[in-house]
Amino acid sequence: MSELGHEVLRLVGLRKSYNIGRPNAAEILHGLNLDIGRHDFAALIGPSGSGKSTLLNILGLLDKPTAGELYLLGQATSTMDDAGRTALRGAAIGFVFQFHHLIQAFNTLENVLMPLMLAQGKPDAAMLERARALLAAVGLEKYEQAKPNQLSGGQQQRVAIARALITQPALLLADEPTGNLDTHTAAEVFELFRRFNREFGCAVLLVTHDPRLSVACDRTINLVDGLMVSDTPNSAQQ
Amino acid sequence: MSKQLRRLWTEWTIALKFLREGRAQTVMILIGVAVGVAVIVFVTALIQGLQTNLIERTLGTQAHIRLLPPDEINLLLPAAQGTVQLVQEDKRAQRLRSINNWQQVAATLDQLPALTAVSPVVSGPAFARRGDALESVALVGVDLERYQQIIPLSTYLLEGQLRVGAGDAMIGKLLAENLGLRVGDKLRLETGQQSAAIVNIAAVFELGVRELDARYVYLDLKQAQSLLNLPGGITVLDLTVEEIFTAQAIAARIARLTGLKAESWMETNAQLMSGLTAQSMSTNIIVVFVALSVAFGIASVLSVSVVQRTREIGILRATGATRQQILRIFLLQGAVFGLLGSGIGIAASYALVWMFNNAGPGLFYIPISSTLILSSLLLATVTGVIAAAVPSRRAASLDPVEAIRYV
Repeated sequence: MSELGHEVLRLVGLRKSYNIGRPNAAEILHGLNLDIGRHDFAALIGPSGSGKSTLLNILGLLDKPTAGELYLLGQATSTMDDAGRTALRGAAIGFVFQFHHLIQAFNTLENVLMPLMLAQGKPDAAMLERARALLAAVGLEKYEQAKPNQLSGGQQQRVAIARALITQPALLLADEPTGNLDTHTAAEVFELFRRFNREFGCAVLLVTHDPRLSVACDRTINLVDGLMVSDTPNSAQQ
Repeated sequence: MSKQLRRLWTEWTIALKFLREGRAQTVMILIGVAVGVAVIVFVTALIQGLQTNLIERTLGTQAHIRLLPPDEINLLLPAAQGTVQLVQEDKRAQRLRSINNWQQVAATLDQLPALTAVSPVVSGPAFARRGDALESVALVGVDLERYQQIIPLSTYLLEGQLRVGAGDAMIGKLLAENLGLRVGDKLRLETGQQSAAIVNIAAVFELGVRELDARYVYLDLKQAQSLLNLPGGITVLDLTVEEIFTAQAIAARIARLTGLKAESWMETNAQLMSGLTAQSMSTNIIVVFVALSVAFGIASVLSVSVVQRTREIGILRATGATRQQILRIFLLQGAVFGLLGSGIGIAASYALVWMFNNAGPGLFYIPISSTLILSSLLLATVTGVIAAAVPSRRAASLDPVEAIRYV
């Protein structure tokens, strides 16, 4: 899709400050440069307060950088308006949050379909088929009529992953997706990310506190106090 | 465009799911809107029914416009240039006079599309004598066919046949009682000018207004003219108009057109008119304030809902909803409150009106017009959308990053 070939995302000199012009003004991100390729499976680690979530929100076009440029699929995003950013976000990015964040009023299938419904309206047969295939892929094909509060935490997180993938995004952003789950369930969810990275070829950037997860990724990006202190490939790969 | 419409389906679905999920809140505000709309519709219909009834009763025995010959005035020589004239004048007595050229005036008025009926009338004072009893009466000479279009005498008939001419007369019920008259009896009518006639009582009527029932004697136009010494003349042209509240304006136009004195029913019933106006004003005030409280109710429920749904709004934004979509989701909820609430309210007011018409005091009948129903549906829906505007804008302007972290 992009002229840059295998590149999904590129950050150039990205800065983010809060409370600009006030006494409590603070810069959280101090000029980050980062490339993420089509098939990358990267972990973003760092201590609390290092700016991981802020960076993730900017990468997901939920937040705007103070300075610098974010290229998503080769498009510069700093000059886009809300509608343009929303459209690009909907098409290119899938989100998975620490807390599953499903909408309680809708059942599992409708939650998975939500990104498509918001962009295109009433789901057609192809959309329904795709949603059911994804639910089957996360092992929840029997629960498509269930409401979120009837599912366990792990099941809800798997629904959220299916929702993130329904638009066939180029980049999947996950903010501590296993932080709320027991180790067994966490491992299952992580395996799903692995599988979708391999099968659908979508890049994954995973924020985590868990060292066992980060070493299982192909690449580890370490953020400390708003600076990238290391960006290393993990050797122990299959 | 079609993409916008397809997206609207999603926004509509989300709005409805949100409403269904917040069931208690939804039901309560729907009841609130319904009560408000029921009050508005019932009060409006009640007042409309009452006013229609009052006007119908009033106009049942009156022409909408009466054309009279202009008052006679003293003709004064204009003062010479440079002089001042002091005049002490006595007003002239107003004799019974005919409208000049009334045949042509009536023919012209027949052509006016605003008028539905034109009826020439000659009326003047007389005495009715039977034996020693004497009553002062008003002779009304009419062309029965034309006069029926102004006042439907046939509906007021008590006994006898609707007939004037060839010495036949119709009299009011009270006059008949006072003089002990029945249909077929004879009555002597006297006017001041040594003229008198003996007439047959062809019918007795009851208009429902004491004054008229005690004094009116309907005669043929010709007989009344000769009794009142106005051969070929008439004293009044009675008119009806299509739309009764335009009577005033049409009267003014006809007065300019003919040079005659035109009195509309609105002038002759000024007290009734000011009563009606005051009543309409108080109804409008009630409607406005009830509508306002309904609007604030919707706005406050939606404001609470926006706060409760902050996190879900954040999720929707993160999964691809634009600000416009969030805005519409909440505006639609306001519209549903208005539409559904007013639907229930209208049904309730229908029940109230039905009870009033069938089991109430039976003073008058309240109609519910489809215009009233449609306009209250529309008004309530628009009110709902307007009331939703402020909370909806707040929902749309939420920062998705903060919204999603909101607990």
